[in-house]
Amino acid sequence: MAKIKGAVVVDRERCKGCEVCVVTCPTETLALATEVNSKGYHYSYAANPDACIGCANCAVVCPDGVITVYKVKVG
Amino acid sequence: MAEITFNDIIKPENLAYKRSKLMTDNVMHYCPGCGHGTAHQVLAEVLEEENLQERTVGITPVGCSVLMYNYIDVDFQEAAHGRAPALATAVKRLMPEKFVFTYQGDGDLAAIGTAETIHTCNRGENILIIFINNGIYGMTGGQMAPTTLPGMKSSTSPYGRDVSMMGSPIKMADIVAMLPGTCYVTRHSVNTAGGVRKFKRALKKAVQYQNENRGTCFIEVVSNCPSGWKMTPVESNKWLEENMFPYYPLGDIKVPAE
Ligand SMILES: Cc1ncc(C[n+]2csc(CCOP(=O)(O)OP(=O)(O)O)c2C)c(N)n1
Ligand code: SF4
Ligand code: SF4
Ligand code: SF4
Ligand SMILES: [Mg+2]
Repeated sequence: MAKIKGAVVVDRERCKGCEVCVVTCPTETLALATEVNSKGYHYSYAANPDACIGCANCAVVCPDGVITVYKVKVG
Repeated sequence: MAEITFNDIIKPENLAYKRSKLMTDNVMHYCPGCGHGTAHQVLAEVLEEENLQERTVGITPVGCSVLMYNYIDVDFQEAAHGRAPALATAVKRLMPEKFVFTYQGDGDLAAIGTAETIHTCNRGENILIIFINNGIYGMTGGQMAPTTLPGMKSSTSPYGRDVSMMGSPIKMADIVAMLPGTCYVTRHSVNTAGGVRKFKRALKKAVQYQNENRGTCFIEVVSNCPSGWKMTPVESNKWLEENMFPYYPLGDIKVPAE
């Protein structure tokens, strides 16, 4: 069966750590980092990258437009 | 087959979503999680996809979104507080070939600019009004607005809005929908991916209606103000769904006959 694999790239420096993407992700791919960026924000990152399905829900709700999403069909 | 790696996936041909090219590189000044940013992203996508960059004039309000012209790369004109619809009227009448929109908060549109809003809609000016209703004066420190919910605390209603003294929150979309000049009146949200996608479709319809000279389009976005509401962004979006949506229900209020 064809499966979709996704990947997200978060622009850490522009992220404001609002967590909206984290709670929006249907696959619990994202989390806020314990480290902060130069503005002091706990930026979002793919804590569980294998779970990503490339649905882009995180990216479209991000107020700052810092998430880029890729996806491929595998199998 | 070998396991596909992260670097195999993040190739240009696999791109599924990237923010609009019409968004400038400026970092937006909005507080973390503020719906203004999300609404800007969606609007920029629509202007890009509809090839409107060269043909658009946006009118910015007074309020947190006063600096919107720094973020979306189209022509803008700044209006005095509440006067965006009047300025939009002038721009559209002088340059009918332009796509003209206003972008206004609830203090701007439903308080100081009530007269401009109502008369512009009543005249049926061929413009789009985007109304960001966060139930508060965000920019100036979270004062009560005409849209503040009953019992909702703000810096000028610290015990909650008392409707016996302040009246009930005003539903601007329902009011302008009664005017014959409006052709499309609809209420949306940008706090979920589904909401964002519906808002985007509504914006595209408004572009079509303006191209067809159908009259005023009015799109409300019921949104958050985490700082003014004194909540985290995630809490504010939950509060929005539980408290704002019942009072300001999402969906179409008026649609034109096809
Ligand atoms: C003529 C005039 N009166 C009052 C103000 C002060 N003022 C600036 S923004 C604002 C309210 C903004 O609230 P809203 O339109 O809801 O925008 P938000 O910041 O919530 O997005 C007020 C009263 C002003 N700038 N000009
Ligand atoms: S929604 Fe955007 S700004 Fe907010 S935490 Fe996620 S990536 Fe960062
Ligand atoms: S693209 Fe979808 S699955 Fe992947 S991180 Fe974003 S919301 Fe989660
Ligand atoms: S004060 Fe409120 S409306 Fe203004 S940027 Fe901050 S969260 Fe957004
Ligand atoms: Mg407001």
